[in-house]
Amino acid sequence: MLSDKPVVFSAKRISKDFGAGKTLKTAVKDVSFDIYDEEFISIVGGSGCGKSVLAKIMLGLYKPTRGQFLYRDKPIKNLKAHWNEVQSVFQDPFGCFNQFFTIRSQLEDALNILKDKPSKEEVRRRVDEGLMAVNVKPEDIEGKYPFELSGGQMQRMLLARIFALRPKVLIADEATSMVDACVRANILDYLRKLKDELKMTVVFVTHDIGLANYVSDRIFIMHDGKIVNQGTPAEVLDNTTEPHTLKLLDDIPEVHKTEWIKNSHRSKKG
Amino acid sequence: MIKLLRNLLKSPMFVIGISIFVLTLLIALFGPLFYSVDTHARDILAGPYAGSSSEHLLGTDHLGRDYVSLLIAGLRSSLYVGFVAGIIATTIGVLIGLFGGFRGGWIDEVLNMFTNLFIVIPQFVILVLISSAVKDGRSLTLIGLIIGLTAWSWSARAVRAQASSLRSRDHIALARINGASTLTIVIKHVLPYLLSYVFMVFIMQVGSGILSEASISMIGLGPVDTTSLGIILNQAKDNGALADSIWIAFIPATLVVTLTVFALYLINTSMEGVFNPRLRK
Repeated sequence: MLSDKPVVFSAKRISKDFGAGKTLKTAVKDVSFDIYDEEFISIVGGSGCGKSVLAKIMLGLYKPTRGQFLYRDKPIKNLKAHWNEVQSVFQDPFGCFNQFFTIRSQLEDALNILKDKPSKEEVRRRVDEGLMAVNVKPEDIEGKYPFELSGGQMQRMLLARIFALRPKVLIADEATSMVDACVRANILDYLRKLKDELKMTVVFVTHDIGLANYVSDRIFIMHDGKIVNQGTPAEVLDNTTEPHTLKLLDDIPEVHKTEWIKNSHRSKKG
Repeated sequence: MIKLLRNLLKSPMFVIGISIFVLTLLIALFGPLFYSVDTHARDILAGPYAGSSSEHLLGTDHLGRDYVSLLIAGLRSSLYVGFVAGIIATTIGVLIGLFGGFRGGWIDEVLNMFTNLFIVIPQFVILVLISSAVKDGRSLTLIGLIIGLTAWSWSARAVRAQASSLRSRDHIALARINGASTLTIVIKHVLPYLLSYVFMVFIMQVGSGILSEASISMIGLGPVDTTSLGIILNQAKDNGALADSIWIAFIPATLVVTLTVFALYLINTSMEGVFNPRLRK
């Protein structure tokens, strides 16, 4: 295991409630886990299982109602300092950009979060580098607005933002759900690249267990606000009897099933 | 932006509405250059309620004043009141709606309750009460102010609904993790999305401001130091035009109010169709 690395996120019995009284809904229930440096973690579950809420807790956008949540042994207090190190890729690439400004200006705005704000030339250079890292020529998006690009391109813009920011932790919330299979594989490769080249910790939130199996070091299976199963892909998936994991496995289209599982085993062995 | 304008110009409703409205604006702005709008000039020779003639196209009122002059002056006042009321009602509505809708939580609840309170209080009753309380000081601006202060609740509600749906959008969350301040988020990432609504709300408020002014003036509680379309009607009513069936004293002023407000409603409705594609046929 990776337990010799420092702990990045540590959750001790955290819960998150929404609403109050009759409309009270607990999205995350009594969840505990540790995530170590440079790990690739997947949080897998169906719609409304609380995985996105958990992702937002890690980002500091929500505070847990109960329990203790630590980032590098400290509670998240200063959000700007937190976002300096922990960044995110959201689900809907079109919804993530403001349609009234150019993509370039929005990518450059992202660097405002950095502690030592780089100079103008430095910002330009880093955005260019970020774009190049996802195989987009900077001049291709010059003066372009979000609605002028395709979904796959937009998803890459979100990743370019991460390459430009170089955070220590990336939380990818359903980053591949809005794109087709070909782009999806691409994005997974970029996520891998981020982890390998920039030594990033990646938390990948998805409903697709095949995908999770393909890329992760460890998998958390969530159901109804709880983590019902966790461990390496082999531990979680091989000969499992846990009902929710089986349910998620059932949801993979038959055609892909053998392929996903085979691929993952090959990459793990090789 | 250009595409939006082209879409708007495709809608016959918008074209008719904007044409009428621009015409009323032109008459109000430049009419006085071509036609005397001295509302104190009385034509003693023509006498009260003179019929249409080459000198007085629409005749004269009970004091022998030219109706066309009165109408132009009245239109100027009505549009002025409409814009004052519209600007005030829109500003208050946008501020309250935006703040509540975007902040959410108990602040939103309180502001929403406040807004609903203003929606159920009959606006016209307040208007009558305040207008009769401020007897002599009733100027056009004051009337516009009172209308604006009592009419903001609808704009607040419209803006709040939009703002609270924007609050949970991803681009707002992304702007936050980019480290943008709340003010920057509101100005750069919320307001641009609301501009079309704000503009529509404004048009609507100008229209209802003109109507409110006409109603309050008609019952004799309008501005005291000037004339307006409502005041023309009020004076016609008070001076026996109704009893003597002198329709020319009523119809032109009523028509001008109706056409102006109608034009604004046409603009508003056609814009709604363009900005909200679900309403398009």
